[in-house]
Amino acid sequence: MGSDNHLPTRRELLIGSGTLFAWSQMPRIARAEGRDPRLLVIVLRGALDGLGAVAPVGDADWISLRGDRALVLDGKSPALPLDAFFALNPAMPNLHRLYKSGKASIVHATATPYRERSHFDGQDVLESGFTRPGATASGWLNRALLALESGGRVDPRGSRALGIGSVTPLVVRGSAPVMTWVPQKLLPASQDTQNRLLDLYQHTDPKLASVLQARMKLASLDGAVGTGDPMSDDPTLAPPGIARVRAYFAEAAGTAARYLAKPDGPRVGAMGFVGWDTHIAEGAASGQLYNLLGALDGAFAAIETNMGDAWRETVVVVVTEFGRTARINGTQGTDHGTGTVAFLIGGGLAGGRVIADWPGLKPAQLFEDRDLKPTTDLRAVLKGLLRDHLRVEEKVLAETVFPGSADVRPMPGLVG
Amino acid sequence: MSNSAKADSVLALHRFGMGPRPGSIAAVGTDPRGALIAELDRPLVLTAAAALPSSAKAYRTVADANARRTARAKQAQQQAKKQQMAAAPVMSEDQTQGQAQGQSADKDAAEMAAKQAAEAIPDPGRPIYLQEAKLRTEAALAADIGFAERLVWFWSNHFCVSANKIQSMSGAYEREAVRANTLGRFVDLLLAVEGHPAMLFYLDNLASMGANSTAGINRSRGLNENIAREIMELHTLGVRTGYTQDDVISFANVMTGWTLVPPGDNPEHGGAFTFNPRLHEPGAQTVLGKRYEQEDAEQGRAVLRDLAAHAATATHVATKLARHFVADEPPPALVAQMAKTFRDTEGDLKQVAIAMVSSDEAWRGPALKLKRPGEWVVGMVRATGITSVDPVRYTGGQELLGEALWRPPAPKGYPDDEASWIDGVGRRLDVANYFAERITGMADPQVIIEDVFGSEIAPEVKQAVGRAESRQQALALLFMSADFQRR
Repeated sequence: MGSDNHLPTRRELLIGSGTLFAWSQMPRIARAEGRDPRLLVIVLRGALDGLGAVAPVGDADWISLRGDRALVLDGKSPALPLDAFFALNPAMPNLHRLYKSGKASIVHATATPYRERSHFDGQDVLESGFTRPGATASGWLNRALLALESGGRVDPRGSRALGIGSVTPLVVRGSAPVMTWVPQKLLPASQDTQNRLLDLYQHTDPKLASVLQARMKLASLDGAVGTGDPMSDDPTLAPPGIARVRAYFAEAAGTAARYLAKPDGPRVGAMGFVGWDTHIAEGAASGQLYNLLGALDGAFAAIETNMGDAWRETVVVVVTEFGRTARINGTQGTDHGTGTVAFLIGGGLAGGRVIADWPGLKPAQLFEDRDLKPTTDLRAVLKGLLRDHLRVEEKVLAETVFPGSADVRPMPGLVG
Repeated sequence: MSNSAKADSVLALHRFGMGPRPGSIAAVGTDPRGALIAELDRPLVLTAAAALPSSAKAYRTVADANARRTARAKQAQQQAKKQQMAAAPVMSEDQTQGQAQGQSADKDAAEMAAKQAAEAIPDPGRPIYLQEAKLRTEAALAADIGFAERLVWFWSNHFCVSANKIQSMSGAYEREAVRANTLGRFVDLLLAVEGHPAMLFYLDNLASMGANSTAGINRSRGLNENIAREIMELHTLGVRTGYTQDDVISFANVMTGWTLVPPGDNPEHGGAFTFNPRLHEPGAQTVLGKRYEQEDAEQGRAVLRDLAAHAATATHVATKLARHFVADEPPPALVAQMAKTFRDTEGDLKQVAIAMVSSDEAWRGPALKLKRPGEWVVGMVRATGITSVDPVRYTGGQELLGEALWRPPAPKGYPDDEASWIDGVGRRLDVANYFAERITGMADPQVIIEDVFGSEIAPEVKQAVGRAESRQQALALLFMSADFQRR
């Protein structure tokens, strides 16, 4: 088939992703405890194959399920052992190292409450925090921020920092002000032009005024916004190969970390990476998924490095809208599924565990005889992090951040 | 022309067209609705398209180049290895370590030689993409109003493919499948896009095969659900309209065999659509409760015809059109009227477009809809009277604004609501500033305000432009004004 003749996959689709959206305040209660926690949420759009990322090598049914596509400990590129049962995709040595040193955990067989298979509805549930799609126009992270009392603005210059995003993800939409940053390639307009435009907007279009104002505030937080040649005949505008994907992930995540690490920078951020919809030639051991996970692993390293001392108080949570079919499909890929993994990394974790109530892989144990059955509600993980790391109240978590989740207890013991 | 007539023509140009350009207010005249409808009777003919390759030809060109690259790379690699073998010195025992390093360096050198040899043959896909981008953009610049072009853009986004996956065909796909059908019946548009090789490639259907098909019965490969799901969820019925996972699987079985002629074996038709019966799941399939007994591709066409005629499709399409053109939350009465027209005319898309612009509700102000980056950029260029573009710069600018041409991040296409785009307004300033700098010698902001906009612009904007420190700044402020960003 022809896929070798063209840029083959959606992994290339990075446009508009890698953008950081961040909250420029400090959580008050955590602050009062003498802590200064950082939280970064990374959304993998397209549905990550959890079984291709973290393989249940100890499950007797694993090999029969995936055949020669199964990651194994003694394969050509051997999976990295995590415990007696699970092993990590060999593309992720950094994550493996963090895991071994107790600074990473993996949640397996997890899912949001969404049980259909539309990417767009699945992301809506993942990001809105509601139990069904289309229920609200705000995201759970934004509502959590709204509930957190501010312990003072971290941007000493004003109340709102400024935005230059392209498409704002739902998870951070809402009334809590967030600033945004996207990799910058144009020389910005002069301060004077910005001031005049702001004045014009203030007289004609308050919404546009607030967006511009936020951007100007962010720009005044020096250092992190790069400048480059304006639109030239720039080869980097061509569709990216995997080297560019790696560089892009590392740059985007690394810049996010630099912002979060600043004493006067934001404390909570979110970003997305696209390209995980591996319907054809998934390549967990050596192809596209391997490459993407490698790029994500590089992003983890960039975060750890650029966080500096703040790494000790950092938690990064990596989530996706749903998993993929347990079996390989007709085109050596996987179709939309249900249960998957979430990655947690950061110096603030009590890690070194794979957290899973393993459902098994026999046909009758699969969800609808096709997907990894979800046994851990992803909201429990997120609620555990928000409660224990940022100190969002449990009642608020159950009522406004993840409405209708009172019976989903926050998972204890995730952070140290 | 009276001021209110001028205001209506400017609104028509922003909301339903590509934005005002020199002479366009006069072209719209005193009856904006009539002018919009009249434009649908004489859509642009893209004469320059004759010089561009068909999608199949473009695909073959890229496939051929790739085959030659692979062959060239292999040859260079072998050559490099031969040379290394000939040059290898006799090693003594204590050189073992050095030998291992030397071998790895040799391997790198061979790979480098292969890479260089491959790169000597350029990828023809990008030039084709850029030519197509130029053609499409200049069509939008050349249109008197641009209503018909806007409809092409809308349907192209609704039935999107991505050049990141299928660059060679992305532009030709729009011309062949979308542009040719946007003023015809929805069912013909649907059949054209779903049967187009670019869509079959993009949504992973080329190698999808039925478990009991000739090709599938003895193999581990098989079905891919992607196209079936996206046709129902995104292209026709809309999400959560009652279809089930079983419907998706049955429909995916129906679509097996819809593929393209492999480019290697067929210099005439390689890359064109073909139905391959060896991949097709034999037998009847039940989709949405109806049994389809047809053999071959007729089975898929029958399902597509029924999906096109489904009531949910009428509502889905009417809502999306109204949301795109009129408001993020379109007036329900407008949507109902458009959906009714869709059903009454068996999906006549021209009549649906006419129903939209004939409704008073489509003309209500104030102009709150935030233009998408692509609309905004083309409006900026039109206002200056420029009619030709450098596609490298142009597509680069759109990419920086988050709406890269023919490269949406997912099959859903680019979103249409303000919340998705408003945070990108800051970045628009960088683009406006850069564009203003480049055209500052040839565009006069006062002329644009008076002639192009007929002075239909907020007094605050006029004042800010008048007081600007430079012509560049004046242009940037004008392009960034709410009058220019909203419609």
